Order: sequence, then C-alpha cells, then structure tokens
Amino acid sequence: MVVKLMAIETNSKKDIILEVKNLKKYFYLGKKQILKAVDDVSFSIREGETLGMVGESGCGKTTCGRTCIGLYDKTDGEVLYKGQDVHKMTGKNRTDFTKEVQVIFQDPYASLNPRMTVADIIAEGIDIHHIAENAKDRRDRVYNLLDLVGLNKEHANRFVHEFSGGQRQRIGIARALAVEPKFIVSDEPISALDVSVQAQIVNLLIKLQKEMDLTYLFIAHDLSMVKHISDRVIVMYLGSIVELTTSYELYEKPLHPYTKGLLSAIPIPSPKIERTRQRIKLLGDIPSPINLPDGCRFKDRCHFSKEICKVERPLLKEIEKDHYVACHLF
Amino acid sequence: MGKLLEVNNLKVSYHTYAGEVQSVRGVDFSLCEGETLAIVGESGCGKSVTAKSIMGLIQTPPGEIKTGSKIIYRSKSVLDFNKKQLLQYRGAESSMIFQDALTSLNPTMTVGKQIIENITTHNKVKKNVAEERAMEMLKLVGIPDPEIRIKQYPHEFSGGMRQRVMIAIALACNPKLLIADEPTTSLDVSIQAQIIDLIVELQNKLGTAVILITHDLGVVARIAKNVIVMYSGKIMEYGSCDDIFYNSRHPYTRALLNSVPRIDLKNKQDLFQIEGTPPDLLDPPKGCPFSTRCKYCMNICLEHEADKIVFDGDHFAYCWLYDSRAPKVDITQQNGSEVNGD
Amino acid sequence: MNIEALKDFEIIGCEGTDKNVISRPTITYWQDAWRRLKKNKIAITSILVLIALAVLVIIGPTMRHYDYISIKAAEKNTAPNAKYWFGTDNLGRDLYARTWLGARVSMTVALVCTAIQILIGSIYGGTMAYLGGRTDDVMMRIIEFMTSMPSLLVTILVMLVLGNNMFALLIALSVTSWCETARQMRGLILQLKTSEYVLAARALGASPKRIIIKHLIPNTLGILILITASSIPTYIFTEAGLSFLGMGLQPPDISLGILISFGQQSMDFYPYQLFYPALILCITVLAFNLLGDGLRDALDPRLRQ
Repeated sequence: MVVKLMAIETNSKKDIILEVKNLKKYFYLGKKQILKAVDDVSFSIREGETLGMVGESGCGKTTCGRTCIGLYDKTDGEVLYKGQDVHKMTGKNRTDFTKEVQVIFQDPYASLNPRMTVADIIAEGIDIHHIAENAKDRRDRVYNLLDLVGLNKEHANRFVHEFSGGQRQRIGIARALAVEPKFIVSDEPISALDVSVQAQIVNLLIKLQKEMDLTYLFIAHDLSMVKHISDRVIVMYLGSIVELTTSYELYEKPLHPYTKGLLSAIPIPSPKIERTRQRIKLLGDIPSPINLPDGCRFKDRCHFSKEICKVERPLLKEIEKDHYVACHLF
Repeated sequence: MGKLLEVNNLKVSYHTYAGEVQSVRGVDFSLCEGETLAIVGESGCGKSVTAKSIMGLIQTPPGEIKTGSKIIYRSKSVLDFNKKQLLQYRGAESSMIFQDALTSLNPTMTVGKQIIENITTHNKVKKNVAEERAMEMLKLVGIPDPEIRIKQYPHEFSGGMRQRVMIAIALACNPKLLIADEPTTSLDVSIQAQIIDLIVELQNKLGTAVILITHDLGVVARIAKNVIVMYSGKIMEYGSCDDIFYNSRHPYTRALLNSVPRIDLKNKQDLFQIEGTPPDLLDPPKGCPFSTRCKYCMNICLEHEADKIVFDGDHFAYCWLYDSRAPKVDITQQNGSEVNGD
Repeated sequence: MNIEALKDFEIIGCEGTDKNVISRPTITYWQDAWRRLKKNKIAITSILVLIALAVLVIIGPTMRHYDYISIKAAEKNTAPNAKYWFGTDNLGRDLYARTWLGARVSMTVALVCTAIQILIGSIYGGTMAYLGGRTDDVMMRIIEFMTSMPSLLVTILVMLVLGNNMFALLIALSVTSWCETARQMRGLILQLKTSEYVLAARALGASPKRIIIKHLIPNTLGILILITASSIPTYIFTEAGLSFLGMGLQPPDISLGILISFGQQSMDFYPYQLFYPALILCITVLAFNLLGDGLRDALDPRLRQ
C-alpha cells in the first residue's frame, strides 16, 4: 500500500532537507519470525526545523532514525537527503553526507571509546575528513568545540571514565559538531541523564541550533521534553506513524486514541492538577513487535476499536491543516 | 497515627581506594503509618543509600554507618538488630522493590516460587497455604490468568508485568513499610501510569506506608503526601507535596522544579538549567553543598552549613537565605533568563 | 549587626566558580589496572619471581663457566656442592647450567608458540567476527573440525611426521591451540562491533581499517594479555610432558622435560637430578598462573570501584 505523499507546506520558505518515503525496516529473526521495526513510514523535515519523534518501546523510533542516516540498511522505501538516496550513496557523495549528517547517541557511557582521550574522540571526524590543516589547527578546533559545549580546555587530555553522564553527552555533542554538520539526529540524547542535567543538554542543543543553523530529528520517549524542543512531532506506535502535527496542536488537540492515552499517562509536576485530572487509561501491555497481526496495531488497547480496525490498517491522512492521523475514526 | 519509622542523624560512608565517599551526611525524617513519602534528588545525592540503610542492606565493609545514626522502626532500633531480627524485619515488616525487575528477580525460579519463598521465610505455614496466598497476591497486583502465570519464569513476563511480580513478592507478608527505589524509571510512560496507580491502590487496601525514591517530579506530584529533597547526602528541604510544589523555599528545589518541562503549559517556557555537576562526595564542600551552583550563594554559605529553618507546620529547609540577617530575595525569579526562549 | 556579619550575608552567586573542574588527576585504563595489580601482593611476588627466572635463564648457563656439554666421567653423579650447585648428571655435566639451559629452551618454545597462537587466533577470529555471514560460518566449521580431534594426538602425529626437532615442536604445539583464541576473539569482536562508539565512528565516516585499528584492537588488548599469561605455563607443561615421554625434543637437545626424564630414571639414587629441574618447572608455571589470576582481577572493568 502506498501512502500518499505529504502535502508540502507552501508558506514555508525553507527547503526540505530530508524526505522519507514508505520506509520499511524489517529484521528477520529466523523461524519465520519477522520484526517489522519500521513499517511504511513517510515524513519530511525542513531545513532549520526540529522534528520530534516520540513513542514507547518497540515503536521503532531509534531504528527509523538510524536507518534514515544509513547506519542500518533499509528493507524497502526511500530516504532522500537533499534529493539523493541515502542508501545508494558512494564515494564522495557518501563522504559529504557523513560530514553533513551526524548523530548524538543515547548512552553517554557506551557511545564513547573508553580507551581514547577526549581530544581524540572529538577530533575523530576531523581526522577522518582531514579538516584540520596541522596539529595545532586540530588542537584549536578541539578547544573551540569544548568551549562551545561548556567544558574546559584541560578536559582534552582526560579519559571518558572521569566524566559524569551530562559531561559525556556534551563530549558526544562536540564530536558530532566537529565535522560542521547541517542535520543532526539526536537519538534519545537525554534519557540516561539526571533531571537537572537534561535541562542543560536541551538548552545547549537549542542554543547550538540557533547559532549554527542546524536541523534536528529529536528522538525521545519523554513527550514533555519533545514537545518543548520540537516544532513538529511524530507519534509512533509499533513501527507506524499514528499522528503527526505541530507540538502545540499535539497537546491542545490530540486526535489519535493512543496519543490521548499517552498524554494522559504523563504525570504532571503539579499536585493540584494531578488530583483533579481525568485520566484516559490505556489497557493492557504494549504488544511485541514480532509477527504483528493484521489491521490496526493499536486495536487491542483502544477504547474505540471497531470491526474495520481488526482487518484494515489505517492510512495516515491529513485531517486538519498540518495535522495527520492514522485512525479509522477519521 | 503512630510513628512508623524515625531516622535520626543518619550518616553513611563508603570506603573506596580513593578515600571515604560520604554518601549520606546527616539525614533526619520520620514517617507515619500509611503515609507516602517521596525522596527526590539527582543521582549520587544519597537517596538509594538511605533506603538501603533502612532495609539493613548496607554491606560493612566497604560501607560504614557512623555512630550516632539511628533508624527506629516501631520503637526498635534497626541498626542494632541481630541476624535473626534482621531476617524477620526484611521482607515481612519492611520490603523493597527496585528499578530493574529483570535483574532483581531470580531467572531460574518460577514467579510463584519466589513469592512463596518470601512467605515461608517469615511464616511457618503449610505449602498449600503459601501457594494460595501467592495466587492471591498475583490477582491483587492485576496479573491476568494467575493460575498459568504462577508457574512461569520472569523472562516470560513483560517489563510492566515483572514490576507487578516484584510488588507481589514485596507485599506477600503484608509489610507495614514499602520502599520503592525508582520503580518506574525504566518503564514506558503508559506502563508507568499503571504501576503508580497499582501502588496507590494497594496502599489504600493494605495500609502500607510507602517511601518512594525517584527523580520524576510528576510521579511525586501524583502520589506523595510529603517530600524530601536531597542533595549531596543532605536534606535541603522537607514539606508536604503542596508546600514543595507551590511554596518551595530552597533555591535547589525551586531550580529543580523550573528545569522540568511541563507538557500542560501553553507557552514555550524556558528551561532553567542548574550549571555544573554535584560536588565530589570524597571531598564534600565545607558549607552548603549547593553553594557552588546557587544563584543566591552568600559568603556564609561557603563556610557553614545552614541551620534548619522551620516554616509553617512540617515545612522546613536548610538555607541561609531565611536567616534574619540575610537580604530578602524572591527566589521565584529563578527562571531561565540565560536562555533566549522563543 | 557588625560589618562582618553583613559581609557574610552578601549574595555573591555562583558565576565565578568553575563548575566543571575535575579534581582528581587523570588516570588511564592501564594506569588504573597497574595500580590494582600493585595491591595484589601475590601477583607482585610472581612478577619478581619471573624477572629473577628470566635473568637466570639468560645468564645461568654461562654463569659458572663450566662446560655443560663434554663428558667428564670422573665427576659423574656428584651431589650438589660448592662447585656444582645442582650437582652433575651421569655424564659429569654441570646440572646448574643444564637446568637453566633447559629452562631457556622451554621458555623459548612457550613464548614462540604463544605468539603464534595469539597472532593466528586473533586475526582469524577477528576476521570471522568482522565479516560475519557465510564467511563466519565456513571459518567456524573449520575450527570445529580442528577441535574435534584430540589435541595431544594431533601434536604427537605432527612430531612423528616432521621429526623431533625444535621447528616441528613449535608447529605441533600451536597447530590446534589457536582455535580457542580465535573463538574468544570472535566473541569479543562481535560484542565490540555493535557497541555504540563503533556505530558513532561509522556515522563519522570511518573506514573499516580505522575502526579495526583505533576502536577494536585497543579494546581487545586486555583479553590478549590474559590469554598470553595463561597460555605460557600450558606450553611449558605440555612441552615438558612430551619430552618426558620421548615424543618431544630428543637428546642432545636440552629442555626441562628431557632433564626430568633423565632425573626420573635415576630418582632412587640421585634424587637431586630430578628435584632441581622439576622445581624450576613448578615455580615458573606457578608464577605465571598466579600472575594470570592477578591480571584478570586487575583488568576486569567491572571490579573498578
């Protein structure tokens, strides 16, 4: 089934930098078990915007992010970066792509090589692409990057295990910025950090975006943080997009039953509100993404399940301006 | 309401190769029966170590509970329990559930056996009586088809279900105190809501007092009656839920509240960020631990730890700003002025 | 209020303080491991013993300037005395020199075989893990074939075919031992390959060569050191056993196994001829094993406090 391409916003002056068309990523686990991690996902990102991608375990957001930048091979569909197919890039195109598109990872403890100094980690991109002219230039760039992310020069010769989680994440950000990228995929960059440190990192990312004119794909499971940083938000469930709209609309007028349930489940740091709010409780557990049944993936947990939901998978449709939902209720 | 638990001047250190890490540096609080107390703080603030001390789970060495520390449970001193008393206390009077259910449950024992083990360790009952009770517990925590599930192993359950199993084991002997150490941190949001609702429901049914350790302020707002805010091994502020959220006095509490994004606010608010990282517990600062990161730090904050200042009722904080000699500041001004918001 | 008190309560904020300072001195993984090793007294004693053995192995044979080859019938089978520290054998040769010469041969065999095992094993295992897929399957089948044969039998067969010289011995000992190392390296590389920092390097555009050299190999050095420390004593023992049985080196070559074999023959009359070579063998193997245990504790990242 081919999903209709999204209508491109005519009042947006910025170009589309990343376009994902009917992307599928399946994992074949043997014994006829298929894990459809990303199942027919389409969206586009404009230059300078922050697109948030949110969802619970098994929704495929991390897989989607990594497939979009070519770290995983795709099973079907297309990912176009500035018009070029990401999975077919070779040679110079591929090299340029790795300079323009970078990643920040979730686990600050696993994403940095414990045997390398901070300077070597940050300068890895510089070394690979020969961006620095000589050793002094390399050192200066590393110092600048450390300064940019709020660390000190002396940290350059230290090792990763001497730093806290938040500081390591900053090192990861510095590493991504070293190649002067245009588009950064942030794969759960704050999930492993303490609450007060999350604010530091998010504020840093916002600041960098303004200063360096970056585009972000921000993947996280914390809907509050995603809403805070993003212009538009995609809500994913078991490999499909269920809702896509602006971050404002998402909270003010959620349309999909899953989105409503998700928002209802988020505890709000205000006792009065918590005591008096009406909650929509999602039934049951999140099903396993292996060997998904036909029809809508959400049908077993949905309060509004109908006959058609058991049989036919709903398509993503534009219900209102800039507000897309995949649900048979609409 | 009788006082169930009283903690006085609790000081716990760990002796490592690098020196003495002072994890908890003088903590006082009390808990009544049936109450919910939340302990909030960043990682390394000592909240988990406090919980382990209450359970008698601190290994000495390398841990050390300093003399002068008191943990009184129903008028008995937990720190002076002998082995037999400790065995009777843990699991039957006071129980604990942990963050990661997968690693906290024995993967080679069926779920039923693990619940039964808790029961039979503390009560001399026949096997079938214990089995019946185990089945009851599974039903109580909302696990469907308990007759089948009771014979299954932990890896056959999903994350949320495993957490329910852990709660079933913990409450099997109807303890008066349940300590929940970050019980929902590793769970998905929708499952987290279910587990929190379950804890509240069980608490109402069984009258258990709950100490909830978390860094999620939303969860605290949902279920806590009273809140302790810890930082670097010490209590910064204590108060009722409303006090802490609407009338917080300590700059750290205020900063923490402002650094969390709110999904319900219409305008994009700036996130306040607390600069820097918590101090090294090997060499804690002389004065207030938050002094190096506090906008309102005064000279005296660097030299001396603040005295306890009591506001109305049970609301108190340790901060020099409320000393009569300090200038009057309005700490509600602590918003993210450093960041240019949209 | 006095002025001091006023100054105490003046708000100074926190702008001036450097909030990201790390107070502890920098310490690399190896420095940390060494520090932990130093604390282990048994391991340090083993290191000292091995250093002493290494020195004696080098200078021992010529230390006393006695000829250990030619036959001196007059001085045969003398017990240890001031002249001959370990006594003489049945042909009047200085046992002190011969023991250290034997130890030298045994050590050389062990070191060379370990080097071969590590080199072949890690390249083979690393390639398997890195390439994966069909190649991995085929290479794995080869390993399984090789390990299905009893290694002692293979070793003896090789010696029978190639003769009883040093070259043959080296081949025979290492022909099956690299398989286990390959398996271990494969497991380790598979694990490292999927770590996030390797993923990050790929995202930065790193070539496979760069990933292998900069990211994979440095993180395998710890395991390789452990394999080395535990392989060396195994080879010393195996060689001694083979030579004792007459399957390994033959006289006039000298090794600890050959000396032990001779000593065993005259054990009832001249026990010292067995005692000293056996003692040196045991001390060497024990020292390596204890050092290996200490290294394992020191290098294990999970034990870091």
